Amino acid sequence: MQSFDLSANGLRALNSSLHALKGQTNMTEWEIINPKGSHAIAAGVDAPVDITVRGSTGYYCAGMNKQATIRVKGSAGPGVAENMMSGTVIIDGDASQYAGATGRGGLLIIKGNASSRCGISMKGIDIVVHGNIGHMSCFMAQSGNMVVLGDAGEALGDSLYEARLFVRGSVKSLGADCIEKEMRPEHIALLADLLKRGEADDKAKPEDFKRYGSARKLYTFNVDNAAAY
Amino acid sequence: MTEFLHTPPKQSWTFSNDVNAEIRRAAATGIYDIRGGGSKRRLPHFDDLLFLGASISRYPLEGYREKCATDVWLGTRFAKKPIHLDIPVTIAGMSFGALSGPAKEALGRGASAAGTSTTTGDGGMTEEERGHSKTLVYQYLPSRYGMNPDDLRRADAIEVVVGQGAKPGGGGMLLGQKISDRVAMMRNLPKGIDQRSACRHPDWTGPDDLEIKLLEIREITDWEKPIYVKIGGARPYYDTALAVKAGADVVVLDGMQGGTAATQDVFIENVGMPILACIPLAVKALQDLGMHRKVQLIVSGGIRTGADVAKAMALGADAVAIGTAALIALGDNDPALEAEYRKLGTTAGAYDDWHEGRDPAGITTQDPELSKRLDPILGGRRLKNYLKVLTLEAQTIARACGKNNLHNLEPEDLCALTVESAAMAGVPLAGTSWIPGR
Repeated sequence: MQSFDLSANGLRALNSSLHALKGQTNMTEWEIINPKGSHAIAAGVDAPVDITVRGSTGYYCAGMNKQATIRVKGSAGPGVAENMMSGTVIIDGDASQYAGATGRGGLLIIKGNASSRCGISMKGIDIVVHGNIGHMSCFMAQSGNMVVLGDAGEALGDSLYEARLFVRGSVKSLGADCIEKEMRPEHIALLADLLKRGEADDKAKPEDFKRYGSARKLYTFNVDNAAAY
Repeated sequence: MTEFLHTPPKQSWTFSNDVNAEIRRAAATGIYDIRGGGSKRRLPHFDDLLFLGASISRYPLEGYREKCATDVWLGTRFAKKPIHLDIPVTIAGMSFGALSGPAKEALGRGASAAGTSTTTGDGGMTEEERGHSKTLVYQYLPSRYGMNPDDLRRADAIEVVVGQGAKPGGGGMLLGQKISDRVAMMRNLPKGIDQRSACRHPDWTGPDDLEIKLLEIREITDWEKPIYVKIGGARPYYDTALAVKAGADVVVLDGMQGGTAATQDVFIENVGMPILACIPLAVKALQDLGMHRKVQLIVSGGIRTGADVAKAMALGADAVAIGTAALIALGDNDPALEAEYRKLGTTAGAYDDWHEGRDPAGITTQDPELSKRLDPILGGRRLKNYLKVLTLEAQTIARACGKNNLHNLEPEDLCALTVESAAMAGVPLAGTSWIPGR
């Protein structure tokens, strides 16, 4: 295992080393110590490596991740795994605002709670939150799946496109054009897989969730819907 | 004599025919007018400034013998690989989606042949554009359509778009008519639906966050790429200062004459400031921070001629960007297509329903048949020619002012024709030493 002391060696040296892996390496296990809430830790990694961050991170940890599995042994600041392309990011603690924003692929697991705007504008990522999510989550979410074992805050899925949202607990309110939808067998199967991959299959059953999606009434501008905007 | 017995018909200035027509249109449809392009109203502009030229008190350069440099470096503040352009006229961001594939290719060809850069838009990077653009600026927008780290790394510079001159504070809209299979795929959305682009970035709010966002982008691209921050001309002093504080290498400032693919007419005509009023404030912000020429300033919005280029640079810009003018150079609104414009209920020069995707010139469309009308090689050649003319014209003026580099032009070379333009540009009213407000 490669151990990197971020406090001693600095962010540039860390990301430069990780970017140099280029998918062809035997240095497949990394640990980052003394992160001390630094921003942009392991941003832009593009290699099938396992990275463990021992502590909490600042903004944009694992930003635009490709291929890597990145585990944060603490909490994550705003924008964790933003625009992730592939791979897996696991947050043992809580995540701040915009977790998984615009993510295009891969899996983001948040063991604690996620703050507001979780999954905002998501474009294919799967997000599994073991706790609750804050207000305006999944705003303009385009595709991918959001699974919430706890509760969702106000205006869930506002202006939603084709993302699928599964919430086990309460939803304080639904955003414009977001509606509850029927849970069909294919959704149960999809959710079972997401719970398993999201390390939550021992915590919840698919049958306990409700599904939310787009009513598709805002897809083409209609003046009669103006009040919804 | 009976004609003197009645008051002749008198049209209202307030309720003009144009205004009344819009009222009737709104009453009939229930929706605001959406269109492309920039402000069409008469605004204080570069036309209201004149160069003084050299005579006895200044020494001119010989037009055909003495050199006048036009090249510019962009991104020298932090980037390991700053951009060097032969001319200070760049192509502004315009999306694939708003424009056809051949149009994007033509922009890349023309810009590359002229030694300058082109810019992606709110739809990701296309192979046509990357392949034909020697220097390509990749926009980082609120929608993040098509955004990915591979394209970030194969760009030559990155432009974080906070706003644009046609709609400072507004998001975007690409109507369903232009959402082809390819556009839909690039944007991760269903075909044929109206695609909204948010007005704010999804993962940062305010200048302190922006600073961290720029750090992340620099880290992902290993500090190689210049990072531009584009702002709409609304509060240029403070927005420029905050962009510099956040770490921008280059500030791109777009006035209200700057075009858009589509937004509300009421937005285009009533929000933001003309570029003439914006430039001096942005330059002052850079000067107050000791960053003028260290953080480069690119300005856009209504640049049409080499005189406009020279005037913008005399006011302190390092380079300019053109969008609408580039489209016209490719063939947009060409009178040769008048019969087809008539069929669309408009006329050459006035066509602005770019969002409908029915452009007879094959530029602002995704219709495969219409797109074929634009030959990207010919279009590229026309754009190159136009860019060369802009440069030659600017050089002509600079030499007449005794400058051996376009960047040596200065406000002292200018006077203003109107009180308003004198106040906005911060140069004396012609024939006086009076700068209103000073």
